[in-house]
Amino acid sequence: MNDSIFMRLRHTFGESMVERDRDGRPRVVPDSTEGVAELCTLAHANGWRVRVEGQATWMPADAPADVSLTTRGLARIVHVAAADLVATVEAGVSVAELRQELHAAGAWLAIDPPGRPERTIGSVVATGTAGPLRHGLGPVRDHILGGTIVTGDGRVIRAGGSVVKNVAGYDLTKLQVGGFGAFGVVTQVHLRLRALPERRVTLVARGERDLLTHQARALSERQLDASALELFSPALAAEAEWVLALELTGTEAGVEAEATRAMEGAETAWSRLDFEAGTTFWQAAARGALAAPLTFRLGVFADGLDEMLDLLAEKLDTGLVSAGAGQGLLRWSGDASVEALRSVRHLAAEREIPLTLERGPWAVRSAFGHFGAYREGVGRLVSKLRGTFDPDPTFAVAIEGGADD
Amino acid sequence: MTDSLIAGLTAIVGARWVRHRQAELRTFEGDGLPTHASVPRLVVLPGTRDEVIAVVRALHGAGAPWVARGAGTGLSGGALASDDSVLVVLTRLNRILHLDPVRRRATVEPGVVNARLSEAALPHGLAYAPDPSSQSACTLGGNVAENAGGPHCLKYGVTTNHVVELEVLLPDGSLVTLGSPHGDAWGPDLTGLFVGSEGMFGIALQITLRLSPLPPAIQTLLADFVTVRAASEAVGAIIAAGIVPAALEMMDQECIRAVEASIYAAGYPVDAGAVLLVEVDGQPAAVGAESAQVERLLMQAGARGVRSASTPLERARLWQGRKKAFGAMGRIAPDLVVQDAVVPRSALPDVLERIAEIGRTHGLLVSNVFHAGDGNLHPNISFDHRDQELAKRVHQACREIMAVCVAAGGSITGEHGVGSDKLEYMTLIFDAATLSAMCDVRRVFDPEQRANPRKVVPVHYCREWR
Repeated sequence: MNDSIFMRLRHTFGESMVERDRDGRPRVVPDSTEGVAELCTLAHANGWRVRVEGQATWMPADAPADVSLTTRGLARIVHVAAADLVATVEAGVSVAELRQELHAAGAWLAIDPPGRPERTIGSVVATGTAGPLRHGLGPVRDHILGGTIVTGDGRVIRAGGSVVKNVAGYDLTKLQVGGFGAFGVVTQVHLRLRALPERRVTLVARGERDLLTHQARALSERQLDASALELFSPALAAEAEWVLALELTGTEAGVEAEATRAMEGAETAWSRLDFEAGTTFWQAAARGALAAPLTFRLGVFADGLDEMLDLLAEKLDTGLVSAGAGQGLLRWSGDASVEALRSVRHLAAEREIPLTLERGPWAVRSAFGHFGAYREGVGRLVSKLRGTFDPDPTFAVAIEGGADD
Repeated sequence: MTDSLIAGLTAIVGARWVRHRQAELRTFEGDGLPTHASVPRLVVLPGTRDEVIAVVRALHGAGAPWVARGAGTGLSGGALASDDSVLVVLTRLNRILHLDPVRRRATVEPGVVNARLSEAALPHGLAYAPDPSSQSACTLGGNVAENAGGPHCLKYGVTTNHVVELEVLLPDGSLVTLGSPHGDAWGPDLTGLFVGSEGMFGIALQITLRLSPLPPAIQTLLADFVTVRAASEAVGAIIAAGIVPAALEMMDQECIRAVEASIYAAGYPVDAGAVLLVEVDGQPAAVGAESAQVERLLMQAGARGVRSASTPLERARLWQGRKKAFGAMGRIAPDLVVQDAVVPRSALPDVLERIAEIGRTHGLLVSNVFHAGDGNLHPNISFDHRDQELAKRVHQACREIMAVCVAAGGSITGEHGVGSDKLEYMTLIFDAATLSAMCDVRRVFDPEQRANPRKVVPVHYCREWR
């Protein structure tokens, strides 16, 4: 089967665009949206399962499939309009490369996803994984203005636009952000940027978890104007104690005034990191999750963090934790059986807290699902939407799970 | 047929809340846009959640198309029902169901007026950030349907950034809950997909919204410029400096003169080519530093003068002209078309010049008052809709303005929605495959396509359901 598909693909796309992955599976490296569309059309017509890969540094490229589609060839930064603070980039561009390019233009994409800096923008969009900056600067969806999507049967949809405010037509982009590729493959996105902040300051406090979550809530009540306010478990921060980290960005005067306010009356003392040390700290924290095979997030409020962290420690283990101490949302990385994960998802749902599996090996994804069960009536909508964007599914994605484990 | 529908609806809501006489129906024929009017088949005004559910189920059972409507301030023709459709008016569902000041969330019914939520949140030091110009009348259900914006959305985001959970009544009468109290959803972001769907996916029966803390310090600056171009360049300079003002609004000379000649006169200089209203908010130290920097940037960009205000009274005076600009234009002509489009900020000067040319070509009075910070234009055309030849020229000018905005890389609507008015421009920005996908998505929520029929996507792009 592999050989005949490989030959067909080589015939269609040429030798340079089709290779074999380490399991001998054909892998196509399209360099345009049209190429992706052609592959999807062909796969859909022939009933081939396709798995989409970026750099495979976040989600393992292990879904059973007849063909791999890598976004590696979609690696162009198409347009950076610094004056308008928007950019258009292809899905295979890495976060690190984009960051660098934007820095040179005096612009900033305020997304700091967990994982390695080599992660692609496509991966960040598909998984909707926002890092600590979501506290002050919003989740991934807030930074995506539109994009190009190829459906499972090869249609090309251009959703949204490249202006910062736009309500023309239904907001199809939202379905793609955090859709785990179940509603198409994103080949290009229009991004909302910010001007590079004049000053960035990182403060860290170390101590008992309860004291730090209390300190964070006090700062939120005092309306500290922070870009990030994140709690890290000792294992994630590679320290002996829990760490609360605060990032302030903005004008020099504004940032310094907020740094002073944060220091005032702090029960646990803050230490200030210089720019280099601050950058290193956040990058290490982002990479920390990769030390374990699984990552999930819980949509929990800040005042429910302590209870959820206790529950996770009891049912799983303390794990590699990164949690929004001001606005909520908890990201746990570690190792756990599907059974244990199900028990946590169930206990979280009882507390009105959704659990989303952000990464993990296929055996876990297929059994547990990125989303698992939906609220009543939602499953019907999701399934019909999936049928719209990926009829007779071409893409190997496990959003619901339920496969034998 | 209509008689049996009247009887069925009357049994649910009572005779008082079903309108079917022509004179009654005509009071629902518009949504603030004088170029569009349509008299509905019937109007029903349910008063409770259960009544809305029963009404929609009855309409589904009867196979009757219907249109959900809030206050009818949308300016896009979106909340209009034609003579085959029943208008379901939701203004009686006006309760704030829950307000949690610690978690900064409020759950409301769809008929709650936007400004009322901020009033209710005020004692807790909180506010609901999206503030459309119609906020004293428009409803939160309508805001969700249109993904409404407002002057302060530059910093705080539009409606979609503030909706965390929705209880939705689907057009077949079934209920689903999208999102979660925190905001991160069980499943894909269907809340995000629903917001801005212009009443075509169902009715948001309960809406849970994020509230924002009131900033402790606010500084408002008013700068006047000789030309629109200089004012536009000042907008770019402020944003490029990394400052995100809470609001960054522009009014051109026509607009300034209309305001100053009205009872809403705010003391704007009538010889200015344009004025910019800039508001900076946040912690006092940051506001002090940023407003000083904004003032410098305004002067460097050629402002003739900058007035600054920090007390509520002084600030209200500077804002008055902006907030009442549409009302002031009522003096100029009987009707006003408030258009809505978006362009990249850097294109503002050229696009505004082109819009002025279009006005001159068609002999029309065009004034501009708009959200300059995010490039969201509101070219306003004053006219008298009874003059049919004039109305034709207005339509042609609107078409040309949209084409100019799209050619500059923009969009046909930033906050009012497509409705009926922008239907013909959808093909300027979306190709057939995308429009067809939109139809498919609509059919997921409403397979019979009876909720707000014939809006947003031109029908011929809607191919058969697979």
